Amino acid sequence: MSNIFVNIDNISKSYGDIQALKDISFSVDEGELFGLIGPDGAGKTTLIRILITMLLPTTGSATINGLDVVKDFKKLRHLIGYMPGTFSLYEDLTVEENLKFFATIFNAKIKDNYHLIKDIYQQIEPFKDRRAGNLSGGMKQKLALSCALIHKPDILFLDEPTTGIDAVSRVELWDMLKKLKEQNLTIIVSTPYMDEAELCDKVAFMQKGEVMEINTPQQIVEDYDIPIYAVKGDNFYNLLLSLRRMKITRTAFPFGESIHLTTYEELNENELNKIISEFSNQRTETKRIKANIEDCFMAKMLKNK
Amino acid sequence: MAKKTNDNKYVVSVKDLTKKFGSFTAVNSISFDVTKGEIFGFLGANGAGKTTAIKMLTGLSKPSSGTAIVAGYDVIKNPEKVKYKIGYMSQKFSLYDDLKVFENIRLYAGIYGIPSKEIKSKINNLIDELGMENMRNKLVGDLPLGWKQKLAFAVAMVHDPPVVFLDEPTSGVDPITRRQFWEMIYKASEKGITVFITTHYLDEAEYCTRASIMVDGVIKALDTPTKLKENLGVKSMQEVFVKLARG
Repeated sequence: MSNIFVNIDNISKSYGDIQALKDISFSVDEGELFGLIGPDGAGKTTLIRILITMLLPTTGSATINGLDVVKDFKKLRHLIGYMPGTFSLYEDLTVEENLKFFATIFNAKIKDNYHLIKDIYQQIEPFKDRRAGNLSGGMKQKLALSCALIHKPDILFLDEPTTGIDAVSRVELWDMLKKLKEQNLTIIVSTPYMDEAELCDKVAFMQKGEVMEINTPQQIVEDYDIPIYAVKGDNFYNLLLSLRRMKITRTAFPFGESIHLTTYEELNENELNKIISEFSNQRTETKRIKANIEDCFMAKMLKNK
Repeated sequence: MAKKTNDNKYVVSVKDLTKKFGSFTAVNSISFDVTKGEIFGFLGANGAGKTTAIKMLTGLSKPSSGTAIVAGYDVIKNPEKVKYKIGYMSQKFSLYDDLKVFENIRLYAGIYGIPSKEIKSKINNLIDELGMENMRNKLVGDLPLGWKQKLAFAVAMVHDPPVVFLDEPTSGVDPITRRQFWEMIYKASEKGITVFITTHYLDEAEYCTRASIMVDGVIKALDTPTKLKENLGVKSMQEVFVKLARG
């Protein structure tokens, strides 16, 4: 049985004429790893800042474990762990001093909660006397995560932890989140990388202050009902331009080494390949494929236009 | 008068380029050549030395040893000539939000020394090419992200550079705009402009003519995406990257 842990009810936020969030409602279950997926300007940071009680909504309300994010902000702050998008620890304190500082302001003892951060903190413990400002990007992140967890929060918010981070470190971070989830921590994480949606239990697709879709990543992919093909050819750019000119084409977008083509009707892949090859005047290869999460996001974007 | 190197075969030619900070070697004797019209992916983990290398190639940081010829000029002897010749676009757009579209173009055309009598037609041509006629008098700050990015790319090439350096140009950009941006890169490449690009999106590494992967200050691999994948027996550039960058 799942319990609703976070409940967001018709939240909007405006800055003057700009509506950063437009009537957002959804809930997150206890122990869930929930992803806010969307590009810059989608409203991810604004929503997170409202939930962590650092920003007031213009209208609407939200609760975490039954506590209101506006009225009960003082109580809530003890339940919340937060890792902002930019490194916000004290650069001129050492690794250990930072950790002690954050434990102290939450009235927590490091040894009581050490088990929570052990796996992560152990990796930077050899550098515990080094100033935080002199750590590498990956180590800074491990320290920030340790500091966000040291008061044993019930819920952890991470705002774009993987932006500007290389592929190897991204994999490491998601491994850490998976482990934290096993301790029944509820986690809300935002990211502009679509492929990371697949690592979440549930995701909200966000774009321009709106939620376009909420579901499990499996169901989102399952629900995609447009015929989609992966097309490869000898001259990639020329093939792309040719596909765009064909009447059968709904959309054609580069996806790694192939082009994802969506059509208005379901077509036999061999016949389709023949048509494409003749039209583009080159050797091509066409396969009917299953949409990935990024295809789904793009389809929602085009629908909302 | 700075001497222009005559060897026109390569737009970027790097030999044993090294940068040391005290006892730390950030870039350790890297060598490679990039040809005209090539889309060259410059990949690597955080801290591998990419930024330091790009700073040397764009004339912003003096190499400790080695040579680099970029757009016909030596980065050690003529760093100012290099800066003047190349195009550059960073992850955070370098346009002025509180200037209008045409004003931004005028500003950069002026900075790059385009004669004032040519600037007007330059602005018109560029706006026409981008299909931004109806946005000409809009403030850049009010443009949707996709248009801003297109404009920033065009402005980076306002002085017709032989090579343009793009530093994580698609970071945080939505998936459709990100792809439209790559189409502009293809177009530039078809026109013969060399594109030197860094990215953390490894699907984009597949679109490069060739890609290099930097690990701990050295270039660990450099080839076409197809060859890189074949050599390691993997299916995607993502796997290539993880395998090589993890060491």
